Amino acid sequence: MVQLLWLIPALPLAGFLILALIGARLPRRLAAVVGVGSVGLSAALTVCIVVGFLRGLPDHPSYSRMVWSWLAVGGLKVGISFYLDALTLTMMAVITGVGFFIHLYAMEYMAEDAGFSRFFAYMNLFVCAMLILVLADNLLLLYLGWEGVGLCSYLLIGFWYTDPANGYAARKAFVVTRVGDTAMAVGLFLLFDHLGTLQIQDLMIRAQAGWAAGSTLPTVAALLLLGGAVGKSAQLPLQTWLPDAMAGPTPVSALIHAATMVTAGVYLIARTHVLFTLAPTALTVVAIVGAVTLLLAGFSALTQKDIKRVLAYSTISQIGYMFLALGVGAWAAAVFHFMIHAFFKALLFLGAGVVIHAMDGEQDMFKMGGLRREIPLTFWTFLIGSASLAALPLVTSGFYSKDLIIWQAFASVHGGLGLWATALAGAFLTSLYTFRMVFLTFAGPLRTPVGHRPGWAMNIAMVVLAVLSLCAGFLEIPKTLSGGVHFFSGFIQNALPATVLAVSREVYESLFEWISGGTALLGAALIYILILRMPNFTTALVRSSAGGALHRYWFSGWGFDWLYDRVLVRPYVFLAHINRDDIIDSFFDLISWLGGLGHRVLSTTQNGKMRSYAAGLAIGAAVVIGMVVWL
Amino acid sequence: MITIPTAHALLLAGVLFLLGLMGVMVRRNIIFILLSLEIMLNASGLAFVAAGFHWGRPDGQIMFLFILAMAAAEVSVGLALVLQLYHRIHTLDADQASRMRG
Repeated sequence: MVQLLWLIPALPLAGFLILALIGARLPRRLAAVVGVGSVGLSAALTVCIVVGFLRGLPDHPSYSRMVWSWLAVGGLKVGISFYLDALTLTMMAVITGVGFFIHLYAMEYMAEDAGFSRFFAYMNLFVCAMLILVLADNLLLLYLGWEGVGLCSYLLIGFWYTDPANGYAARKAFVVTRVGDTAMAVGLFLLFDHLGTLQIQDLMIRAQAGWAAGSTLPTVAALLLLGGAVGKSAQLPLQTWLPDAMAGPTPVSALIHAATMVTAGVYLIARTHVLFTLAPTALTVVAIVGAVTLLLAGFSALTQKDIKRVLAYSTISQIGYMFLALGVGAWAAAVFHFMIHAFFKALLFLGAGVVIHAMDGEQDMFKMGGLRREIPLTFWTFLIGSASLAALPLVTSGFYSKDLIIWQAFASVHGGLGLWATALAGAFLTSLYTFRMVFLTFAGPLRTPVGHRPGWAMNIAMVVLAVLSLCAGFLEIPKTLSGGVHFFSGFIQNALPATVLAVSREVYESLFEWISGGTALLGAALIYILILRMPNFTTALVRSSAGGALHRYWFSGWGFDWLYDRVLVRPYVFLAHINRDDIIDSFFDLISWLGGLGHRVLSTTQNGKMRSYAAGLAIGAAVVIGMVVWL
Repeated sequence: MITIPTAHALLLAGVLFLLGLMGVMVRRNIIFILLSLEIMLNASGLAFVAAGFHWGRPDGQIMFLFILAMAAAEVSVGLALVLQLYHRIHTLDADQASRMRG
């Protein structure tokens, strides 16, 4: 089965090619079959490969296969070659599985859209690029997928291109992530220059053999790779593109946030974990970036009006958790949270899409309300997703994944009380903004009549994801609860090292779990009181001058857009403006101007008068004779 | 026999040549331009003859015969052109024939 690995990215690629070449001429039903079916087949194949892989453990923890030689120049040989291990398998299963349900949902969501086949062509290419990214066994192929993901996000965020604002958001996403990509490209050059290969596994072996831990080179290389990861995963300081990326259709947001794109950074760091382990400084930076981001994004999410922007900030915040986990060396926890996050975030976006459809395109939560009775299935699935995001204890998957991170942020040898407290504060914020969103959207009186209601495809997608959001967490249960289940971390340890816990801290485990579980419940209870029992107090708080200023500051995402606009965009536009006639070009303009001048001067001598020609002849002859005689 | 110094003859030839050149450049009537050209040709012929006499060789007079023949040919072609010109633009003013100006 594993020999068919190449088919997994090839099927969505084939879907893309069919839809891109003849999609406009296909009937919608057929275009949908191609678009959804290609990812569905990939997902089915992935399931088969997962089964085969689990059966092969622990004797065959990895598998690699060269499909094609891509380029061979001097010492550089790069193949279209795939590498499969537990980490890749997890990523692949989430990308194809969650991706398939998002496609299924989109089939109904986009049914009325004029660009139906174009939409599925882009979506298939997106999935294909992400699969190439995670399957690549060398960094160059990974970079191909990396850029492909960037391209597709640009195409899909600006999908409704007739509105200039959407085009702006698409360009912003493209340019901001490109900043990170440049750092990553430099990192690749550095690695190739010093280690002489781009094969990830060879690279890791050579790095471990050749570089001392904590020396400059691995630190610089790891920081450059981190630059790329920060850009793609929308972490500080390159997080500004993600909230604006909401301009795309809702299934696109689901795909970007859950299955593809933003998790690429997490994958990159997990994949090159040896390099990061060699650079403790870089690892600390990863943890701090994650911790600060999760806190800032949490505060911003608390003030948003647009339901999709709340989810966007929550994604930034949750990816922050994954970075925090990576930074403290809790590799399994990061990948586990990635998987659980993909389930509930996809579910939440799909639910938000239903809500937006029901409200006829309205995204402002303050104009919603009372949808609980109108679209009950969506309400219950959305509630499950929210509970999972807020990590309500015991019953949701989010609890098991997030609390693992929060606990290991403290218990890991790289962790500490500061990181733990930040993560805990972030969990409290998560609970606050999640249930604020739920209460504003579904509780209270009905403010706008309901338009569309979801059909079978949307409902199936949401129910499946809701079940996963509830149950997937049982793959990894802390040992304080009924002895614990460690299936997932055991599985991922085939690819990533186990977390090193500080022995002295292990005794506190159950206490810390009580604290973090209680925090989530406390946040939910507090926001229930603030939104539903004491709405006047909340309004007064926002109206007060200090509260209002803070609200505006958080609402604008801590003013990062403002800052970048002043520091980068405006000076650039100003320089472009004063140089609009192109200073360099004026030199070449001078040459052509001189030529024109010569033309004008000489053409006046061509006056057509025979006598002046004769005079010219005489003067010329006189000059020549004069030169011959006297010189 | 009184011999005229070669220098005088060359001086006369030079003066005649310049007069002809001035005529070509100054006159507008195309007939007069042709006349001035004849004067220039004759001036150069005179210079050849004077030089031939000075060296005591017949080459100068032979050259003069060539010049005479060429001048006759030139005048016949030139007068034909003048006729054509007059047919086309109904004037003998050379400056009017300036359609080739750049």
